[in-house]
Amino acid sequence: MSFPALFERTRAAGRAAFLPYLMAGLPGPDASVELFGALDEAGADGFEIGLPYADPLMDGPVIQAAGAAAIGAGTTIDVGLRVAGEVVARFGKPCAVMTYANPILRLGIDRFCGRAADAGVSALIVADLPVDEAAPFVAGAARRGIGMVLFAAPTTSDARLQAVVEAGPVFIYGVAEMGVTGERAAASEWAAGMAARVRAVTGLPLAFGVGIATPQAAAEAAAVADGVIVGTALVRRVLEAPNPAAAARSLREAGAAFAASMMRRPGASQPV
Amino acid sequence: MTMDRPDQRGRFGEYGGRFAPETLMPALAELEGAFEEARRDPSFRARLDGLLADYAGRPTPLYETERLSEELGIRVLLKREDLLHTGAHKINNTIGQGLLAQRMGKPRLIAETGAGQHGVATATAAALFGMECAVYMGTVDIERQALNVDRMEMLGATVIPVTSGAGTLKDAVSAAMRDWVATVAGTHYIIGSVVGPHPFPWIVREFQRVIGEETIAQLAGRVPDVVAACVGGGSNAMGMFYPFAGTGPDLVGVEAGGRGIASGEHGASLVAGTPGVLHGAFTYLLQDEEGQIREAHSVSAGLDYPGVGPEHSYFHDAGIARYVSVTDDEALGGLDLLARTEGIIPALEPAHVIAWLARERAELAGKTVVVCLSGRGDKDVEHVARIRGRK
Ligand SMILES: Cc1ncc(COP(=O)(O)O)c(C=O)c1O
Repeated sequence: MSFPALFERTRAAGRAAFLPYLMAGLPGPDASVELFGALDEAGADGFEIGLPYADPLMDGPVIQAAGAAAIGAGTTIDVGLRVAGEVVARFGKPCAVMTYANPILRLGIDRFCGRAADAGVSALIVADLPVDEAAPFVAGAARRGIGMVLFAAPTTSDARLQAVVEAGPVFIYGVAEMGVTGERAAASEWAAGMAARVRAVTGLPLAFGVGIATPQAAAEAAAVADGVIVGTALVRRVLEAPNPAAAARSLREAGAAFAASMMRRPGASQPV
Repeated sequence: MTMDRPDQRGRFGEYGGRFAPETLMPALAELEGAFEEARRDPSFRARLDGLLADYAGRPTPLYETERLSEELGIRVLLKREDLLHTGAHKINNTIGQGLLAQRMGKPRLIAETGAGQHGVATATAAALFGMECAVYMGTVDIERQALNVDRMEMLGATVIPVTSGAGTLKDAVSAAMRDWVATVAGTHYIIGSVVGPHPFPWIVREFQRVIGEETIAQLAGRVPDVVAACVGGGSNAMGMFYPFAGTGPDLVGVEAGGRGIASGEHGASLVAGTPGVLHGAFTYLLQDEEGQIREAHSVSAGLDYPGVGPEHSYFHDAGIARYVSVTDDEALGGLDLLARTEGIIPALEPAHVIAWLARERAELAGKTVVVCLSGRGDKDVEHVARIRGRK
């Protein structure tokens, strides 16, 4: 399934899509596929699969550590894309891979997108790629049938938002916090206002991520968005688990609580 | 041909750009706008020039060495940035960007530092302008540049240790950028070299070009054969090269050769690297087949960086400047040579340039060479003593 089809379905069901993020290759390549499986059982609607990068500017300490550990465990780009391919094949849900610009440029945008497409990846998220630099990535991804995800942050002006929409992303990633990835205690104070601004200019799906760490915070984001991305809160469980089986148990439990928080409350503002 | 300023996309040729998280993009645009305005504002220029003269100590002398020239058989002139307040060229940039932060109404400054010179210069500007200051510094550098940690703290800055990666300059830049993503509304990030996303490489060059412009004026029409400077991120070198480019001299940037290029343990991005994206810019850098940034190595904390400013990448490809490398051991020899012949203890960074002169003395015989002596060696005294087993 593609992301547009997914969001069409979840919108019709009056809820947001739960899109958990895990690092490919953590704690090992095969073990990480099983962890995505645990989230599949917990009710994930799609997946964000991190391809590890050693200098992740948009990531806090937990995902930094996860990336370093995955690289240490031998997770090359090819291994990460193999993990993505297995996740797609086994769970049949849309997958986005998330990484940084340099590993993609090193391989070449076309070759990277070709391999990602072969793995069945539907979307690409590049954390240090603003719309200003996105054109060759959008084009390269489109040639392989992959949708590019572009960002809107609390600081993004309406003019920039317009440029993001015009670049043709498959969905918009709303950065829910001022800061890098991590776990915030409270719900995003930005999501509602950003959602209103995005809805005013486009019908494109909007998913919030960064900092969303509790089912309550996820529910507040779900009330105004088409998707909710939860990363650090889940990755931390993988890092803290004594073994892969314990990590899977922990993810099933946490994942179920997040998945259950995606229903829109009556009266909450709806996407157009 | 040099570029007066980068193109619309913030590129020098194909290098540069803005590979930054979306959250920072409006702040980068705001900074570009503030700088555009400031540089056309005579009162800004007057304030900056006044502080550079009365506070920082500009112009710095252009000193013609006697004993060193005799020893090497090369006529060596030193541009004495080491005599500036705080001991290195970094203050040219921090006073300029500090004034910009003031203009933008941002009360907090952050910086990364390797050798500690940029951190000290930022802490100094923060004290001068009454701003709050936090400096990110890798734990390895905190160890080897301890004097500068104490200086920053004495100046009222908070030094935040960075343990990620190799605990050196690259990791400090990443940590400072992450801080900025969270605090951008009230914080200005004073990046310490001609690196980072546009407009930083351009702004830092504009604040450092005073080095080359002064040197040209001091030469009073004489044209040197060679102008040489060390290249970490490349700010002292670009400040020196940019005004000289196209005027005749051979421009030579000296990178950190570390334990030798063949060892893979060095900081020579232009000599031995390939283009990619680091810290927001497309530029030459050290990376593996997978596009993972490799750790750099240099005895000198200020050159221990796996990337380089994008304008140097442009100069490199366009043949406007050429780039060479000098090993750790050679650099230590360069420090001794200048100390003993001239009574000047250089920082380990520009000691690389002195070492290059010594190594290439046959080729350079009889020529006139201007060296940017970017900083003084006080910060390195303990580190060098320790390396030599005296401590
Ligand atoms: C004295 C001195 N020279 C040179 C450098 C390298 O920086 P850049 O290449 O930006 O001049 C440093 C950096 O800390 C320094 O302290």
